[in-house]
Formats: sequence, structure tokens, C-alpha cells
Amino acid sequence: MTNPRTLYTKIWDDHVVEQRDDGTALMWIDRHLIHEVTTPQAFEGLRLAGRTLHRPDLTLAVPDHNVPTDHRFEPIADPQSALQVETLTANCAEFGVEMIELNAAAQGIVHVIGPEQGFTLPGTTLVCGDSHTATHGALGSLAFGIGTTEVEHVFATQTLLLKQSSSMEVRVTGSLGYSISAKDVALAIVGALGTAGGTGSVIEYTGDVIAALSIEGRMTVCNMAIEAGARAGLVAPDAKAFEYLRGRPRSPAGAEWDAAVAYWRTLPSDAGATYDRVVTIDGSAIAPLVTWGTSPEDVVAITGVVPSPDSFADASKRLAAAKSLDYMGLAPGTRLEDVVVENIFIGSCTNSRIEDLRAAAAVARGRHVASGIRQALVVPGSGLVKLQAEAEGLDRIFIEAGFDWRAPGCSMCLGMNPDKVPAGERCASTSNRNFVGRQGPGSRTHLLSPAMAVAAAVTGRLTDVRELMA
Amino acid sequence: MTPFHTVTGIAVPFGAANVDTDVIIPSRFLKTVTRSGLGASAFDVIRSDPGNIFDTPRNSGAPILIAGDNFGCGSSREHAPWALADMGFRVVIAPSFADIFSGNAYKNGLVLVELPQEQIDRLMSVAADADITVDLENQVVTTEYQDRFAFAVDPFRKAALLSGQDEIGLTLTMAPAIERYETRIADERPWLAGAAARRF
Ligand code: SF4
Repeated sequence: MTNPRTLYTKIWDDHVVEQRDDGTALMWIDRHLIHEVTTPQAFEGLRLAGRTLHRPDLTLAVPDHNVPTDHRFEPIADPQSALQVETLTANCAEFGVEMIELNAAAQGIVHVIGPEQGFTLPGTTLVCGDSHTATHGALGSLAFGIGTTEVEHVFATQTLLLKQSSSMEVRVTGSLGYSISAKDVALAIVGALGTAGGTGSVIEYTGDVIAALSIEGRMTVCNMAIEAGARAGLVAPDAKAFEYLRGRPRSPAGAEWDAAVAYWRTLPSDAGATYDRVVTIDGSAIAPLVTWGTSPEDVVAITGVVPSPDSFADASKRLAAAKSLDYMGLAPGTRLEDVVVENIFIGSCTNSRIEDLRAAAAVARGRHVASGIRQALVVPGSGLVKLQAEAEGLDRIFIEAGFDWRAPGCSMCLGMNPDKVPAGERCASTSNRNFVGRQGPGSRTHLLSPAMAVAAAVTGRLTDVRELMA
Repeated sequence: MTPFHTVTGIAVPFGAANVDTDVIIPSRFLKTVTRSGLGASAFDVIRSDPGNIFDTPRNSGAPILIAGDNFGCGSSREHAPWALADMGFRVVIAPSFADIFSGNAYKNGLVLVELPQEQIDRLMSVAADADITVDLENQVVTTEYQDRFAFAVDPFRKAALLSGQDEIGLTLTMAPAIERYETRIADERPWLAGAAARRF
């Protein structure tokens, strides 16, 4: 009898090409997603060394980071952005990589399209030159972000040299309260672990709350694993995962589907498997959360107040908090509900899938964006999400409420395309990072859920969505 | 990759904790399609202050950076080590580094040295007026004041840094093992091949 193994160890074991004496292993990579920002230098490296791309059939490309979300059928105005997208197109043609073109219906954020296309599958190793690759862990794929040199390594060999990470179980128990979403769970976890709490680990999310979440909700939770410093986040594949994948354009079909499901059923952690660390979070106690500072761990309940730097035990935390508050233009003791915002962003690979848009539309229906709001963007994660939302009439709800309904892309999640938060202004954002300057130089970000973003849009300040929906 | 042996030179006593990759190289500078030239944009926000620590006549082009805890947290962008290298840095010394950053750094020949905070504090004060030596072969940081701080380094990374060896070239020597693996999974997990093409 073999020892009980975790999901992570099972996936790891099945991908070892060669174990080396120094503790590293050459690991096979099943899936490689690429976008325009972190690949040009990797293709450049292949070309310079006269190497070919080993398995183009396992590589899928899509432009997303610096594509404009309006005037989509005109040439990209920013010459550098245009050059990156053109470079991706030319490289994919040269090396035989399948690319979802900018104006294809299926184009979207790389972490939205992977699962949506059925390219992401349980029990696979999946990499992408992007730190939010952990998103795909929601389907039980060991998915992690890599740098450009590693992208080049995967191009040339379809493998990576890796060391096994430690394992951590994050168990979210109980059941979520009214209007509490997967995003609140994600923020609660980052708040509890801190931005370095998961360093060196692969997290497996377990517990009743995770089991009850939809696949899309699990994606939101896994998406922010990196915000706790973890290498990857995983959820054991279950019937929901199989149902989610059935019939997708790049999912297996027929006899291969049946064989795949049989394999996927063997993946969940065995009873008695142990983790290096276990953290338990009471899901029933999670309130709608927002961030107050410039680190994703700076979370507080919407009903709370901006903390005082003095409330932190650690000296470096006190210093960081004081700097954060200065940057954010917030005074300790301010009620979060009194914080006025000027910008709203609903989108990003954290919260731009159909369920996110449905949750946002449910709050937006029959309400209107407040007069002080300068920009209120709703940016679907992919063209297919956009079409689905339009078929359900969600676009009408948003437009009637005064939101701007855009074409898919990373948009205001990062200050790399035309969608930016002006310096000194605040944004209630469903994205995953509130770093200094993340949404544009001088931008101030408050992370929250899609429903909470709409609540902020209609009142013009951070607002407890439960009050609106009561 | 340039082989790394010993570096002696000025260390910039930066010291800040939780420096994320957006601070090292803000995302608006990532729109490049080559690896060089990012140094001018590194630490853009900090360096917009003319009196900043990086651009003093003494520190400009220094080979060593001393930072605080959790250096390089945030995104997977390899532009961060490229930018640091393009500024002239060959070593970063800090109490701890973020995972992805540390993988990226070593792959680009940037040496990361982890030392306890007290030793960092000591180096910060020495760095104000004396050079610091980082000896990778012997895994030790020394100063002219007889400080001698040993550091740990992964043997595999150390060998690669010392030889300046290309990791892809190394992996390609294992091509037979890769081929065997591919043949095996084509049989065991046939649904994995051909994934990028639409199947229906
Ligand atoms: S939406 Fe934001 S976090 Fe996600 S891939 Fe795009 S830039 Fe990265």
C-alpha cells in the first residue's frame, strides 16, 4: 500500500521526467498559456539560439494585458502596445503557436480563457508568464506563474527544473453569510495569512465553504493565492469541475473524456494525507471586506475603520502602515463607509466571469451610478463572457445604471493600457492588487467584490452591499 | 549569462521592506520587446526625487543593493531582475526574497544573499563609507572591518551562477528522458496532446 498523498503530490509525481540528485526535478509541463507582455524576449532567446518550440500543440496564445477596451476595431493607438501585440502575432506564426486573435470572439484575459476553452484541465501542470496563473488551480491544475527565462525553457523543452514546494491546507469552514462572495473569501485568506504567509507553499483550499463555491468562485480564491505569497493554489477536482469542463472547445471528448474523468477522480488528496501546515478560517465569520492600504493583506470589514499604524505589533508593519495611509490619503479611525471614491472597476482575472457580472448586475439593476463617479467600467473577462452577458441582458442593466460596458482585457487592473485611475483618485476595484501605482501613477485602490464595487458606484463611497440589498 | 565569482564594491543601503515588483519596475515600463534598457526606469517613483539614494554620485552604478524583508514580492515579471541588472546590480542582500523573484534573479545571473536582519543592519551602516565583498564560491559576505557573514545558497543555483551556464542547454542534454516521458504519457493520458487546437 502506498502512503496517503495530497492532490499536490499526486500531480507532482505524475509529472517528474527525471529526479536529480540536487533535489530538483525536471518536470513536464502539460499546458502553456502565453500573452504579449512576458513572451517577446523568450521568443527572441529561441531565435538567437536557433532553437525550435518543442510542443506548439500544448501552447495557446492570447493578447490581453495592453489591449484597449474600447475602439477595438481600430489600430491600437499606443505604439509600444501595438508593437507587443504585433510581435506576439508574428512570433506565433513563426513558431506555429495557436493564437486567439485580438478581435476573435474568444479573446480575453489569459486566466479567463484557459478554463473557458477547456485548455485548463485537472491534474495538469500549467504555466504562464503571469503571477495570477494560480487561478487555474480551481480546476485542480497545478498552475503557477513563471518568468520569461522559464517561458523560454518551456518553449524549448516543455519542461521546467523545479523543487517541490511545501504544502499548506487552507480550510475554510462553515458557510458564507448573505451577500458574501468568493472575493471576500479570497481577501479573508490573504488577510489571515499575510502577503508572505504562503511563501514557498502550494496551498490546497478545502472545507465546506470551498466545496460549496462554484468553479468560478474557486477561481477567484485561487487567483489570489499569489497575494499570500504562495506558489500555487489548488482545489480538488469534483463533479462540479467535470461539469464545468464538459463540452468546452478544447476539452477532451468521447472516449478520451471518459478516460480523463476516470483519471481525474483519482486526484483528490487521500484520507490521512498530511500537509506541512494547516490554517483554518471560519467562513461563517467573513464579512464583506475591503482593503485600506497598499498591500492586499490590508483587509478590513466594510463595517470597520481604517486602522492606526500603532495597532501593529511589528515595527516594520507600523512603518509600512503609516506610509500606506499617507499614500492612500486616509486618516486612522476613518470609517470605511465614509471613504469617497471616484472610479469603479469591475473586471480582471479575479472577477470578470459571468457569475461576477451577474452578481454585480443584481445590485446595479434599477439603481444609478452616483454623480461624483468619474469612471465606472465593467470589463468582461473574455469575448464569450461578454456575449453571454449580453444574451442575458446584463449589458443593458449596466448601461442604464450609468456604467461603461467595455471589450475584454486586463483593463484597469494594471496601468498598462489606456484604462487608468488618475493620480490622487480612488478606485473601488474588483482586481487583486492595490500596490502603489498599480492602476496608474498615484492611483489609490480599494479591493473588494463585484457586488461591493457596484454598491460603491451607486452611493459614491465604500458601502456595505448588505444595506442596499436588505 | 556572465559567470559570477566575487564582487567587491559599493552597496546601496536601501533597506526598505516588502519592495514589490511594481516599485522595482512599474508596469507602464514593461512594454518592451527586448531585455536591455530598463535600468533607467527602475525604482521610478523613488528616483523622481532628485535626492534619492540610487542616483547619488557615489551609489550610481553600484554592484550591490541592500534591502529589507520580502524583496521582490508581487508579480512574476522578469523585468525586475533585468532592470536591476541594467542598473548595474549583480547582488541583492536582504533578510528574505519573494519566491518567483528569486527564481528569476538567479536565472539572469543576479545573486541573492539572505542574511539575518542584524547582519543586514550592520552592512547598512558599513555600506555608508566602505565597500562590501560578496564571495559566492565561499558563500560569505565580508567587509574591511573583519565582518564575515556566511550565507546559504542552493548548490544547483550556485553551480549555474559560477559557470554562467545556460539552463536550457543543460535540460536539452536530458532529451532522451524527455522523449521517454512523452511517449509514456501519450499512452497513459492521451487527452493531453493537441490541446491548443479547437476540437469541436
Ligand atoms: S487582469 Fe490583472 S492580474 Fe489578471 S492577468 Fe491581467 S493584469 Fe494580471
